[in-house]
Amino acid sequence: MALKAETHPIATSNDVVRVRQIVRAATIQLKFSLVEQTKFVTATSELARNTLEHGGGGWMTLEMVKNGLREGIKLTFRDNGPGIADIELALSEGYTSAGGMGLGLSGSKRLVNEFEITSELGQGTTVIVTRWK
Amino acid sequence: MSVFHQVVKANESAILVGWLKQMSASTRRGDLINDVDLKEQASEFLKLFTEACQKSSDVQSEAFASTQEFLAEIAKSRLEQGFSTSETAMFVLSLKQPIFSAIRDAFKANPSELVSEIWASGDLLDQLAMLTIDSAITIRELTISRQQEEMLELSTPVVKLWDGILALPLIGTLDSARTQVVMESLLSAIVETNSQIAIIDITGVPTVDTLVAQHLIKTITAARLMGADCYLSGIRPAIAQTIVHLGIELIDVQTKAKLSDAFALALQRLGKAVVTTKPSATSPAQGRNRVA
Amino acid sequence: MDRIPILKFGDCLLITIQVDMHDQLALTLQEDLTAQIAKHASRGVLIDISSLEIVDSFIGRMLANIAAMSRILDAQTVLTGMQPAVAITLVELGMSLPGIKTALNVERGMDLLQEFIYREPESEDLHGSEG
Repeated sequence: MALKAETHPIATSNDVVRVRQIVRAATIQLKFSLVEQTKFVTATSELARNTLEHGGGGWMTLEMVKNGLREGIKLTFRDNGPGIADIELALSEGYTSAGGMGLGLSGSKRLVNEFEITSELGQGTTVIVTRWK
Repeated sequence: MSVFHQVVKANESAILVGWLKQMSASTRRGDLINDVDLKEQASEFLKLFTEACQKSSDVQSEAFASTQEFLAEIAKSRLEQGFSTSETAMFVLSLKQPIFSAIRDAFKANPSELVSEIWASGDLLDQLAMLTIDSAITIRELTISRQQEEMLELSTPVVKLWDGILALPLIGTLDSARTQVVMESLLSAIVETNSQIAIIDITGVPTVDTLVAQHLIKTITAARLMGADCYLSGIRPAIAQTIVHLGIELIDVQTKAKLSDAFALALQRLGKAVVTTKPSATSPAQGRNRVA
Repeated sequence: MDRIPILKFGDCLLITIQVDMHDQLALTLQEDLTAQIAKHASRGVLIDISSLEIVDSFIGRMLANIAAMSRILDAQTVLTGMQPAVAITLVELGMSLPGIKTALNVERGMDLLQEFIYREPESEDLHGSEG
């Protein structure tokens, strides 16, 4: 059950900082513990940077969600970039396409409770992550 | 859309009397709630219920928001008063009988309408009863999870052995949730006490599996990132064997068989030593700290 | 603010990162720092991150790079004041920054650097000091 949803553009590296702050505010609102806040904001940073660098920019949608007792935050990162040819390879530890350490996707997957990725070559990539309180 | 709410509204006082009678026959607990309060709650609910039914027949809709809220309140106060979950649900379910009889009287001439109205009202009340049960369970779950958290905190004491040396004696089975709490409380204690060395003692841990070992390694790595060293002590021979058989690598982790060995090493690293002096007559202390 | 100040303190350089850094700021810091190390022939670099609320893989990589570059320029890097939540997250992310020395706070970090700088000639000899 979604309670609230808002979308923010990710077009510059300043936007990456901004969405981090927006997600931080949301985690504080839901009274996440400091460690939970830090994990989720870090995952946001990784995914927003992926959207910017590999997808050529895109959007992040933030939703406050509720599942019975549990409250959580669901983030959707969307881009219209080149897409990922082999998702399993991109998710594997140490895989990198931009000269990094290859922790972006696989690392952020470990920082959230639910992780979903869909991608089509030439169409773009969508990553949906959720963290429950 | 069904019209039974008109019947309910027209016969409000009669239904209220019937309902209270029904409640006293089935579940009303005179020892837990008095008549005046109960009557007040019943008439308040009846009012909200008929108002909501005029607007919608969907319990999840906006029209039923205040009814739902009211039932959540009821569930909460009933739990506090000591009612069981089924007794709480009977508050709504016992309204069925008086409403059914009112509908029966109103639609005597038209059996098919009678059945559909009874069905509609019964269905609504069932759903509301389920909601009441849900809120009662939710409240219980919240209590349980709060108690679990409190227990977790109680079971992980971080103790200071010396200036700059902390110890965390772990006792009992380590699961993911508990290790998480252990990790967090150890790391924040390191910051608070400004300690360079922390000793994790697992003498009281019956078994170490791959997951637990991974958690311990993560804790040790996190402490290192913060600038503190972690030693692992209290490793019984059986656990040492398990660790090797499981293929867990404890490279970069300083291990010691006993807590006292780890403490001695920690003192040495901090440039301190325990020396033997003449036993004092008044104090049983055998050793004294001296900066080497 | 588009630059992080670098303070010179004896033969060490001090940096306190206090802002939520965007990527370009991190890259600028990397360049400024290597230039300063070469200019002052500094022997030690202390980076305090006690007010940083997150360190993601990009910042983590930058810190690892700074340490590696400093080493080539013959300076030792110490990272101080990492918050527990940040440390837990970095470990979960898979970054343990193996090449970086760490300390709990700036004071300890300076001690560590001084120790390193003045003990270096005999640092290979582990049994050099008699107790």
